Amino acid sequence: MGKQRVKFTFLDDLVKQPVIYRLGHSFQIVTNIRRADVREEMGWVVLELDGDESEIKRGLDWVSAIGVRVDPVSGDVVEG
Amino acid sequence: MSFVNGLKCRECGREFPAEPLNVCDFCFGPLEVVYDYATISEVISRDRITQGPLSIWRYQDLLPASGEDPVDIMAGFTPLMKARNLGERLGLRNLYIKNDSVNPSFSFKDRVVSVASTKAVEFGFDTLACASTGNLACSVAAHSARAGIRSYVFIPWDLETGKIIGAAVYGPTLVSVEGTYDEVNRLCSELADNYPWAFVNINMRPYYAEGSKTLGYEVAEQLGWRLPDHVVIPSASGAMFTKIWKGFNELACLGLLEGVDASSFGPDQNTVHHPAVTTKMHMAQAEGCSPIVSAWANGQAHVIPVRPNTVAKSLAIGNPADGIYAIRVLNESQGTANSVPESEVVEGIKLLAETEGIFTETAGGVTVSALKTLAESGAIKPDELTVVYITGNGLKTMEAVESVVNPLSIKPTISSFEGALSERIAVGG
Repeated sequence: MGKQRVKFTFLDDLVKQPVIYRLGHSFQIVTNIRRADVREEMGWVVLELDGDESEIKRGLDWVSAIGVRVDPVSGDVVEG
Repeated sequence: MSFVNGLKCRECGREFPAEPLNVCDFCFGPLEVVYDYATISEVISRDRITQGPLSIWRYQDLLPASGEDPVDIMAGFTPLMKARNLGERLGLRNLYIKNDSVNPSFSFKDRVVSVASTKAVEFGFDTLACASTGNLACSVAAHSARAGIRSYVFIPWDLETGKIIGAAVYGPTLVSVEGTYDEVNRLCSELADNYPWAFVNINMRPYYAEGSKTLGYEVAEQLGWRLPDHVVIPSASGAMFTKIWKGFNELACLGLLEGVDASSFGPDQNTVHHPAVTTKMHMAQAEGCSPIVSAWANGQAHVIPVRPNTVAKSLAIGNPADGIYAIRVLNESQGTANSVPESEVVEGIKLLAETEGIFTETAGGVTVSALKTLAESGAIKPDELTVVYITGNGLKTMEAVESVVNPLSIKPTISSFEGALSERIAVGG
């Protein structure tokens, strides 16, 4: 089991999609939202994911594939 | 000694001890250093600062690490020079360049890494680490060499050879990561959770970022304890931009500026704004990666991440951690955020080189081009005191300006030289 802290950013129509609900039901992942801001044109959610590492990876791959941007909670860590 | 009380979440305000932490356990917001300014105000003075070393450690009282035995390769106290030629070209009579390209590893990153590595040694770490596309890699490798500790430097697999050599020469373990930018980003965040290393811009980030305040202190000190009317600053994560502003306000609140009375820091040290600090903060980003500029221009409360596509690699942060805080500073200071067309980046590099003899990297080209736009638009008036921050050296990004190389090719004779010179003059060269 492992935990991962991530930030999802939703743009356009994805704001209205139940992405986190589907992530928790389609994969063996417990989602735990800590902070969020959802508006008409965009939204972001900071959350913790709890599950097997391989399952978290599969889940995040699916989230990315449907167009949600996934980042570490601390933003970009690769600096110039 | 340092005057640190602990860490505090910038979002929910929860407090934490001064440990190697960067994210709030509760809301995952970023942590900031909290200082004991009451004690600092009793000990600090202009005399005490000016008697200190000619490096960032002269401001030790305002840094979150002990300056008694710092990891110091003499970062900081770089020249502030009047830019008469560039000023004349742009119609600015009171223009200064803060030339941070002459730091020991040739960028401002030496400031932040000196603080982070000193703090890392204080915490007992024996390994420094970072993920970088150039400047940070060089600085981490150099400071770990000075400290006599190991370092791991993670770089994208397609990084230019010059930058790899610039880091490798100090003897770190270089790790070339085969993957997309986002994959490298995610890997390094996960590594920071799994290895007992001091990742300078991850678990050491609250301390690391404070090093950029010295860019504000030095400019004030070098101007005779005054602040400029305008500053123009390149921006990637937004951290340096916010910390220079914080540095100006700390000096004001502590009564260290000429003619300014000390005042309370109020309930939130990290957002304090002393009314005497009227410097307009201007930000420069390259068009190919300008998420903070876009958010500011559109009046958005949040920064929408972008995929960087810019020649200014050292500014290529698509998801800037301090973006929203930088927007707050832009608004408080009545500054502007400027997106520079990619085609003007090299023009900015050449303009600075040809007028002032300073060879900057692409980030500096972005900054000078933004300055030019601000001068032409009248946002900066001719007599206003303006400081432009040049934060990296051109030797890091030579491939960007390869087109300037156009030598006279001659035989080793005077006649060949004079013939070639005549031809060049005839075509206006």
